[in-house]
Amino acid sequence: MPEIVIDRATLEALASTTDREFVGELIDTFLEDAPQLLTTLSAALAAQDAEGFRRAAHSLKSNGASLGAMAFSASAKELEMMGKAGDLNGAAARVESLRAEFDQVMQALRGYANEA
Amino acid sequence: MRHDGKSGPGRLLVVDDNKVNRLLLARGLQEQGHTITFAENGRQALEVMRRQAFDLVLLDILMPELDGYQVLEQLTTDPDLRDIPVIVVSAMDELDSVVKCIEMGAEDYLSKPLNPVLLKARIGACLEKKWLRDQQRELIRKFATSEVADELLSTGFSLGGKFVEASAMFSDIRSFTTIAESQSPEDTIELLNTYYTLMFDAISGQAGVVNQMVGDGLMAIFGAPVPNPDHAENAVRAALEMVELVDLFNQQQAAENKVQIQIGVGIASGRVIAGYTGTQQRATYTCVGDTVNLAARLESHTKVAGQPILVDENTHNQLSEAIKAEDLGPLQIKGKTQSVRVFAVRVGALNPQT
Repeated sequence: MPEIVIDRATLEALASTTDREFVGELIDTFLEDAPQLLTTLSAALAAQDAEGFRRAAHSLKSNGASLGAMAFSASAKELEMMGKAGDLNGAAARVESLRAEFDQVMQALRGYANEA
Repeated sequence: MRHDGKSGPGRLLVVDDNKVNRLLLARGLQEQGHTITFAENGRQALEVMRRQAFDLVLLDILMPELDGYQVLEQLTTDPDLRDIPVIVVSAMDELDSVVKCIEMGAEDYLSKPLNPVLLKARIGACLEKKWLRDQQRELIRKFATSEVADELLSTGFSLGGKFVEASAMFSDIRSFTTIAESQSPEDTIELLNTYYTLMFDAISGQAGVVNQMVGDGLMAIFGAPVPNPDHAENAVRAALEMVELVDLFNQQQAAENKVQIQIGVGIASGRVIAGYTGTQQRATYTCVGDTVNLAARLESHTKVAGQPILVDENTHNQLSEAIKAEDLGPLQIKGKTQSVRVFAVRVGALNPQT
């Protein structure tokens, strides 16, 4: 069974307390910021900057959760924990897999934003 | 029952390095009519807080430059900023950090993803508390100098008492009942308000605290709760200024064809028992003891002596050369077995008293 990329209920709940336009704005902001955060993540890994790594992963986790990207958020959280523990061993592969997850999230969110 | 917060919209500072979070917070807060300012990290937050006033800060924990902990740490040590409430905004999986923040002085927390209903309730409650605290502070300021107010607020109104060296002052308006009966109630209240304003100015100006007002009389203390080695000199200088201000006030009253007043002031110095009396709900800072009683007796003796300011020997011994006083000799005071030496402070040409 394919993993659910975006939890629609989260987005609908957000839209019902605000409006769809605002949700669209949030999605745009996330899609704009996330690639930078992923770049920061790679750069922090290269520099073995665990604190910077942790912060970038933390933001991705938080934003993913806000927009219903639960699986993506969970992966980002694992990276955040590695940063927090100060042990970035084996993080490179996980960062790559997070990038791949992000591509899926991006497509799903764009799809949602273009509806209606 | 609907509860309307008395506080109304507030000036909020949102501190978060994450733009999505800032947008989410701003959306909910602006809908409630609050004014929002953003900071992207702790350093920016502190900078902006030192420039402008805020009612509430929403603080993220994990941030570059200065994180939430460091911001809280700096806020608690800054007397200008430590009373601004902080709500920590944090992810659900970071409850341990939330606990740490509350221990460091944060007022409350909100978990991400944000729930708009909870956001509104927490912010409303926080602003209300801040408003009540500001009101309390304002009230204290009305009755004390800022030093005293700070001391009161920082000691948290513990009700315990202690012995302190201080000067007690009593002052009232001579024949006030007659004056009150001779004019309209409005005029009497206006007269009292002007009188109290002048007396408070003179007393606060000499680091004194007014701790009682009854009718036309007041009691003030110098040297407590903040110790002051010059309490006697300060008290007498305040009394001289009070007499002088009343004289100026009388000139104005005369010009308007209104009633004039005379005051009597009694001052005694020595050991007093100082502390808060009352209950936890309603307490007042006051001083009691022989010294205080003596000051009250001296005040009532001003009528008999025909002098505006009477002080005891202990006060007189602590005065500088600049203040002249006349020895009125020993006086038998009610409630005292031994007679006390009384001195009349010379008020100068400004206030010829009969």
